[in-house]
Amino acid sequence: MLQIQNLHASVQGNEILKGINLEIKPGEVHAIMGPNGSGKSTLASVLAGRNDYEVGTGSVRYMGKDLLDMDIETRSREGIFLAFQYPVEIPGVSNTNFMKACVSAHRKHLGLEALKPNEFLKMIREKAALVDLDPKFLHRSVNEGFSGGEKKRNEIFQMAMLNPKLAIMDETDSGLDIDALKVVARGVNALRNSDNAFLVITHYQRLLEYIVPDYVHVLYNGRMVKTGGKELALELEEKGYDWIKEPQTAV
Amino acid sequence: MNGQEEDLLSEITGSDYKYGFTTNIEQEFAPIGLDESTIHFISQKKNEPEWMLQWRLNAFAKWKKMQEPEWANVQYPRVDYQSISYYAAPKKKDKLQSLDEVDPTLIDTFNKLGIPLEEQKILAGVAVDAVIDSVSIKTTFKEKLAEAGVIFCAISEAIREHPELIKKYLGMVVPANDNFFASLNSAVFSDGSFVYVPKNTRCPMELSTYFRINAQNTGQFERTLIIADEGAYVSYLEGCTAPMRDENQLHAAVVELVALKDAEIKYSTVQNWYPGDKNGKGGIYNFVTKRGICKGANSKISWTQVETGSAITWKYPSVLLTGDNSIGEFYSVAVTNHHQQADTGTKMIHVGRNTKSRIVSKGISAGKSQNSYRGLVKVMNRADGARNYSQCDSLLIGDACGAHTFPYLEIDNQTANIEHEASTSKIGEDILFYCNQRGIDNEEATAMIVNGFSREVLDMLPMEFAVEAKKLLAISLEGSVG
Ligand SMILES: Nc1ncnc2c1ncn2[C@@H]1O[C@H](COP(=O)(O)OP(=O)(O)OP(=O)(O)O)[C@@H](O)[C@H]1O
Ligand SMILES: [Mg+2]
Repeated sequence: MLQIQNLHASVQGNEILKGINLEIKPGEVHAIMGPNGSGKSTLASVLAGRNDYEVGTGSVRYMGKDLLDMDIETRSREGIFLAFQYPVEIPGVSNTNFMKACVSAHRKHLGLEALKPNEFLKMIREKAALVDLDPKFLHRSVNEGFSGGEKKRNEIFQMAMLNPKLAIMDETDSGLDIDALKVVARGVNALRNSDNAFLVITHYQRLLEYIVPDYVHVLYNGRMVKTGGKELALELEEKGYDWIKEPQTAV
Repeated sequence: MNGQEEDLLSEITGSDYKYGFTTNIEQEFAPIGLDESTIHFISQKKNEPEWMLQWRLNAFAKWKKMQEPEWANVQYPRVDYQSISYYAAPKKKDKLQSLDEVDPTLIDTFNKLGIPLEEQKILAGVAVDAVIDSVSIKTTFKEKLAEAGVIFCAISEAIREHPELIKKYLGMVVPANDNFFASLNSAVFSDGSFVYVPKNTRCPMELSTYFRINAQNTGQFERTLIIADEGAYVSYLEGCTAPMRDENQLHAAVVELVALKDAEIKYSTVQNWYPGDKNGKGGIYNFVTKRGICKGANSKISWTQVETGSAITWKYPSVLLTGDNSIGEFYSVAVTNHHQQADTGTKMIHVGRNTKSRIVSKGISAGKSQNSYRGLVKVMNRADGARNYSQCDSLLIGDACGAHTFPYLEIDNQTANIEHEASTSKIGEDILFYCNQRGIDNEEATAMIVNGFSREVLDMLPMEFAVEAKKLLAISLEGSVG
C-alpha cells in the first residue's frame, strides 16, 4: 500500500528527514515512536502533502501511484487521513457542515452520487456513536472551544466518517484520559480491516495495548533506527531512547 | 503569490461576474450634463406636480454650493458630473397595466438575473419591485398588499398618488442638504420604491426591490422611502446588479426609513454591483446615504447588508434613536477583492432614553483591495441609560490587501454603557492545510471559512436570501487563494 524509500525532507534549509524507509501493507498497524523533535510529525505532514516541506531525494508510492505527485486534497480523497497532533479550529463552520463538505468531495472524486440528507444524517449519527461523541458537538463549530481531549476525539470521528485506507494518527493519545483512550482505540479497532492500514505515532506504549501494532519503529534524528514487534514499545518505555543510536533498515 | 496561483487566478476571474451582460433595448436619455433644465426634464418625464419640481430645484441649488467629500479611505479620479446622463429609461407605452405590456426583453433580463416578474413564479411570499436604470418596470403582488392596506409602489407613482405621505416624510431623515451625494440624489433621483405600512399591520410578505443599471454613461439615483406606522412591521430586501463596462458608473442612492411608535423595520441589502475587472478597470461607484429614524418609543430599525460588489463603496446605514427604548442594529459583511475599495460602517445616534444599538461588522479583504469600517456611536446628553455594543472583525486573505477600522465615540451622557470589540485574522496555511487534508480544495475551503466568519450576519437575512448571499460570497472570492 505504501512504500517509502530513502525519503529526505527539509524545512527552511534544515534537513529533518534524512532517508526514511518504510513499507506498509494492507491490514497492518505500524507504530512510530521516538524522542521529541525526531521528525515524526514531519513525516506525517510530508505524507499528507503539507507545502512547508521541501522533499529532497527519495520516493513514496501509495497504491501503486507516486504519492509526492498528488496534491493534498487528492491524497485525502484517495484515502489518506491525518489525525492532527494539533487540530485546527474553524469558527462559524459547524462540524456537520464541515463533514458534509468533506464527504461530498470524497464521493465526487470516487464518482459516487452525493448522499441524500437523511442518509448523511444517519451516517453522521452512527459514526458519532462509534466514538461516543455527544451529538451536541455536531452543531458546534469545528473544534472551536473544544477541550484538548474533545478535539482528539473529533479527529477520530472525522476519520470514521471518511473511512480512510491509510490513517496516520499523530499523538492522538496525548491529552486523552483513560476512558477516552479506550473509546479512541475502540473506534480504530472497529474501522480496522484487511484493506486498510494505520500508522500510529505515539510516545506511550499504553495506547499500543489497545491498538495492537504489527510493527514498532523508532525514529531518531530523521532516521528509522530500529524496528521490532509490539514488545519494542515496552522496552522503550523502560529504557528510554539512549541505547538506540545506530540506524538499521526498517521493514 | 507564486506564478501558479497567478495562473489559477486569471483562469477563474474571467467568469467571476455572471450579471455582466447588457440588455439591448431602445432607450431614451436625458441630454448629457446637469443644470436646471435636466431637473425640469426629469420632473416632466415623471409627470410630477409643481411642488416636487421645486423640492428638486431647491436641492440642486444646495448641491451646487457643496464639495465632494474626501475624508473616506478611498481613492478614485474625480467624477465629472457634467459628462453623464441623469435619466435613462426603456422606451415604453405610457402606462403599464399588466405584465403583458412590459417589453419581453426586459422580462428576459430579470429572468436572467434570477428574478422572474410573473407573480406565480416568484419566491413564495416575496413581493418585488424591479427598477432598471431610471424607472420602475413592475411591482408585483400589489393587489394582495393593498388588501392589508400596505402601499408598495414606485416612488414616482407615490409622488403622484400619495402626495400627503411624500410631503410629510420625504427628506425627513436625509434632508436635501445632508451631504454632497444625498443632495445630488434629491435633485435628480428618478425612481425607487415606496412603502407605507399602516398602523398595527404586519406586512403579509417580504418586500424586495431589484435595481439594475443597464444603460451606458448614466448614473443611477434611486430613492427609497419606507414608513412603518405605529405598531407596524415590515421586512424589506434590496438587490442590485449592473453590466460589466470599462468605464466607471455612478450610483448615488438615498434610502430613508421612518419607524413610528412600536414599529419595526428590517432592511436587508445584497449589493452586487459590478466591481470592475481584476485590474481595477470599470465598476460602480456606490455612494449611498441610508438612514433610518426610530421616531416613536419602542421602535426598532435593523440594517443588514452583504456588500460584495462595486469598485468603490461609500455607505453608512445609520439609525437616529429618537424614541425612548428604541433599538438600532447594523449587521454588515463587506467583501473586497482585486482592486475594490470599501469604506462602510454605520452611525448610531442615541437621542432618547434607554436606547440600544448593536453593531456587528465583518470585513473580508482579498487581492489588492482596501476594506475600511467607519462607525460612529454618539450619545446625546439626555439619552440616559443608552447602551451600545460594537464588534468589528476583519479577515484577510493574502498579504496585498488592507483592513482598517475607524471607530468614533462621542459620549455626552455619563450613564451610557459602551462596549467595543475588534479582531483581525488571516486565513492561514494551517486552516487551509486542515481543510485540504480532509479533501476540500482551497476554493471551497475559503468559501466555507468566509461563510463561517460571516455567520452572525448571514443569519440575520431572510432565509431565501441567505442562501443567495452565501453563494455570492463564494463567487466574489473565487481565485483569491491559490
Ligand atoms: N515549520 C517548521 N519550521 C522550522 N522547524 C520545523 C518546522 N517543522 C518542524 N520543524 C523542526 O523539525 C524537527 C522535527 O519536528 P517534528 O514536529 O517532526 O518532531 P516530532 O518528532 O513530531 O516531535 P514531538 O514528539 O515533539 O511531536 C524539530 O526540530 C522542529 O523544530
Ligand atoms: Mg509531533
